[in-house]
Amino acid sequence: MKKILFVEDESTLQKTFGEILKQEGYEMIPALDGEIGLRLAKTKKPDLILLDLILPKVHGFEVLKKLKEDNETKDIPVIVLTNLEGIGDVDKAIELGATTYLVKANYSLEEVIEKIKKALGE
Amino acid sequence: MNRRFIEQFNIPAQCKKYGLPLWQCPHFLFLVMGIIIIVSTLVAYAIGSRYVEDPQVVALIVLLVTAILFTIAVIITRSFERLAEANRMKSEFISIVSHQLRSPLSNLRWAIELLTSGRANGVSEKQLEYFKILKENSTRMRELVSDLLIVSRIETAKLPLKKKEISLEDLVRKIIEELEPFAKASNVKVEFGAKENLPKVFADPSQIRLVIENLLDNAIRYIKEKGRVEIKLEKIDKYCRFEIKDTGVGIPKEDQKYIFQKFFRSENVMRYQTQGSGLGLYIAKSIVEKSRGKIGFKSQEGIGSTFWFTLPC
Repeated sequence: MKKILFVEDESTLQKTFGEILKQEGYEMIPALDGEIGLRLAKTKKPDLILLDLILPKVHGFEVLKKLKEDNETKDIPVIVLTNLEGIGDVDKAIELGATTYLVKANYSLEEVIEKIKKALGE
Repeated sequence: MNRRFIEQFNIPAQCKKYGLPLWQCPHFLFLVMGIIIIVSTLVAYAIGSRYVEDPQVVALIVLLVTAILFTIAVIITRSFERLAEANRMKSEFISIVSHQLRSPLSNLRWAIELLTSGRANGVSEKQLEYFKILKENSTRMRELVSDLLIVSRIETAKLPLKKKEISLEDLVRKIIEELEPFAKASNVKVEFGAKENLPKVFADPSQIRLVIENLLDNAIRYIKEKGRVEIKLEKIDKYCRFEIKDTGVGIPKEDQKYIFQKFFRSENVMRYQTQGSGLGLYIAKSIVEKSRGKIGFKSQEGIGSTFWFTLPC
């Protein structure tokens, strides 16, 4: 079973998404802030990371940067899933090594699942 | 027109509109400054001609008048700064509120999607019907929030244009295809004709897409029962021209001058049957003008509307 780390501070979203990912046959590892996210990325070795940007403790961009600097985590694909859509945010995330940048408001659940499958090479 | 012209001189009313006290209101201060300039010129002339043998007095008067005018100019500049600041804060407020609304809205939308997609067990037919209403309304809210964000970006000049060469023809075909289900459901036939060998335009594809989507969506939305939408693309002089003609309800003559204003929705027969924020055409106009093009329309109530825009190509 493939593991997906979901770094997101909204617990309601964790719940909805966890349900869907379970149905799709994935194991979801929840992380409610950037610090926990970084720790779990190293210890649990997920196959994919879904990363929000506005996070408590460590900002999403910082998490992304640290993930890509660490040899143990640098090859894990990261999908940024956020509502932040400022000038340069997308470019910055891609530059830091994100696989895809998705604005939550513009995507349906099914579309996000599709992107996850694509990133996992399924 | 005449009434609006006269209203300009109703200074207390103008100041009240901006929520400023009289002594901080640009309209009032300009009037005071004008009066001071006229009076001081006359006084300087009168005194100067009488005491011409004493140039020091004239110099003193001129100095005094200059100091007064300078002080008033500073106050006027400050009051304009306050107005500009208030406007900036308003746009910032819209931006923050819209961003904050986005997260709970996404959660809501995705939870509803989970319920209506058949992924959640035990949802009855009747419940599904209500969930669909929730879904429609959350989509409306999402669209409104997204429109508000674009407007706040336009107003704070933070809407960057990522220009590149695009084929308007391909873009129009794609959008027609995407809106086809909506057109079909509304009993509307969309026809498209483009002149051959149209050059590409240099513009931001995602923003021009917004303009075309808005115009096509409006054209379909405001057709009462059954109708036709014709889209044409051609090149006139140095501009590529997009035109969309519908057989819709049209815009009442008295509403036509307000049609590109923010939040304006025409009082036509479809006013209460259709949904909309009244921001689409304002956004379209801002984007087209920022891309160095022009936008316009002609419309007749009961017959239909023709909207057009041009882009350099």
